[in-house]
Amino acid sequence: MIRASCISKTYRGRTVLDGVDLSIERGEIFCIVGPNGAGKTTLLRILDLLDRPSYGLLQILGEDATGSESVRFRIRRRMSMLFQRPVIFDTSVFDNVACGLKFRKMGEDEVRGRVKSALREVGLPGLERRRAKELSGGEMQRLALARALVIEPEILFLDEPTTFLDPESANIVNDTMVRLSRDRGTTILFTTHDLYEGERIADRIGVLMDGRFSQISEALEILHHPADLRVAKFVGFENILRARCLSWEAGEALLDLEGQKIYAISGGRCDGDVFVCFRAESVSVGVGEEPIASPRNKFRGTVTRISAFGPFVYITIHCGFDIVAMLTRRAMDELMLDLGSEVWASVKATSMRVFAGAGDAAKKTGTEKH
Amino acid sequence: MNEIVEGFIEAIRLIVTLDPEVLEITVRSLVISLIATVLSAAVSIPLGSLLYLREFPGKGAVIGVIQTLYSLPTVIAGLFIFLLLSNAGPFGFLRLLFTPAGMVIAQTVLILPITTGLTIAALSGIGREVRDTLLSLGATEYQSILAILGEARFAICSALLLGFGRAISEVGAAMIVGGNIRGQTRILTTAISLETSIGNFSLSIALGIILLLLALGVNLSLALLGRWHH
Repeated sequence: MIRASCISKTYRGRTVLDGVDLSIERGEIFCIVGPNGAGKTTLLRILDLLDRPSYGLLQILGEDATGSESVRFRIRRRMSMLFQRPVIFDTSVFDNVACGLKFRKMGEDEVRGRVKSALREVGLPGLERRRAKELSGGEMQRLALARALVIEPEILFLDEPTTFLDPESANIVNDTMVRLSRDRGTTILFTTHDLYEGERIADRIGVLMDGRFSQISEALEILHHPADLRVAKFVGFENILRARCLSWEAGEALLDLEGQKIYAISGGRCDGDVFVCFRAESVSVGVGEEPIASPRNKFRGTVTRISAFGPFVYITIHCGFDIVAMLTRRAMDELMLDLGSEVWASVKATSMRVFAGAGDAAKKTGTEKH
Repeated sequence: MNEIVEGFIEAIRLIVTLDPEVLEITVRSLVISLIATVLSAAVSIPLGSLLYLREFPGKGAVIGVIQTLYSLPTVIAGLFIFLLLSNAGPFGFLRLLFTPAGMVIAQTVLILPITTGLTIAALSGIGREVRDTLLSLGATEYQSILAILGEARFAICSALLLGFGRAISEVGAAMIVGGNIRGQTRILTTAISLETSIGNFSLSIALGIILLLLALGVNLSLALLGRWHH
């Protein structure tokens, strides 16, 4: 459906996209995540043929999409896009949704039928006569979604479709995406900065950082095996600690972490200064005697901070360095943890990721706080 | 003092009894200025759209000139059209000098900068994202400009009402190009000017009241438009 290679975009002297390679299959739901300013919107605009790339090759629906305006127009008519802040025309709901069909000179009866079912699809049935600007924010976004899908696009782009929505509207938008892909085989690309939203809906996720993809793969892979330190930080590895690599053998590294020896799985050979990263939920916490049947990486420390996070709590354990662990409230109560409690923290070697940490990266990454 | 009071009373009588001369002058004023407004709309909406859509070197300067011409003095517009339409001028053969048609042309030229400039402003107020949305929904360039004009319709109507207001209230161009010929090219403003100079205050006041009422009408339309829009 989409083949992009080396897409770059320079805008007012600033490089927004820097060699994006992307290949999307028919019917796939692909999610682009990344921090603000990573180039997500710019990439979507280029793929929807609203902007031209400065360099790069782009094939969409089997045609060269970097050529003449007439070819681009023909391709554009087979796609549509939902913008982050949708533009609602100052007309009726019906006229808003019918807009793209009228551009295609479709017969009135068919327009009426399609508008009706599109409105039903986004949970706004029977609102045709209403003045569109009188809808609520969430309803407007759903109206814009109906308007984008009523033309039955082969590819649908959505730019942060749920960022400004209440949970109910967000769910409707997300469910509609899944349904479109499943029932109609619509190819869907959307951006978000909420990785978990991407995880729920998307078949694959691409992490866009500074104008190029740092990693493209399935959600679980990205969550647990980030490709590099920046992806690890972006996907929420709470523990990012500086260490020294003492030895590496057969995929297992022995590291020196502030004088303590720890073991970590590292696919690539490592040496010298490194960062060792693990998620807060990978940390097991215990009290009392040293646990026997538990991982090799064990640290004794003191609880120095407790912060609530819905039904969970993050606790910071100081053991020469700070480790953040995530527990359920109930587990914390059972362990009778409080500030100053002496605890054991343990982390499996397989939960740890090791990244090279020399040069600039080391300066950028100070302590991680939570 | 007495003269003014008597003038007022006489003016109201003229209006209430629908004095034929007052009526004729009023209708002529309205027709000339309305046609001028329609003509300027026919030019300024496409022209404004084109200037809004197309990027070209010197675009800013062109818009700057248009904005400067908002305050084009009416007598200069009149002089310019007079020279073009006079027997010695390039369009003298059309015999339009001292005719209502000539006045229409003069008023059209006079208000074109305002209607064009404000059309551009109205379209610019719509924003780039509207155009992106239209294109992404599959609009051709022509379809997208029609839709953008539709979004800007209230602001464009305001622009045209302002243009009409300037046309109906100006005296310089109508006087120079129309010549204030009784029964042919005499309109509200030129009539007031003449009647005042010959001391016929009651007719002047009556015409003045009508002109003010028309201005009020324009103002009310603008306000209504604004309220309807929001």
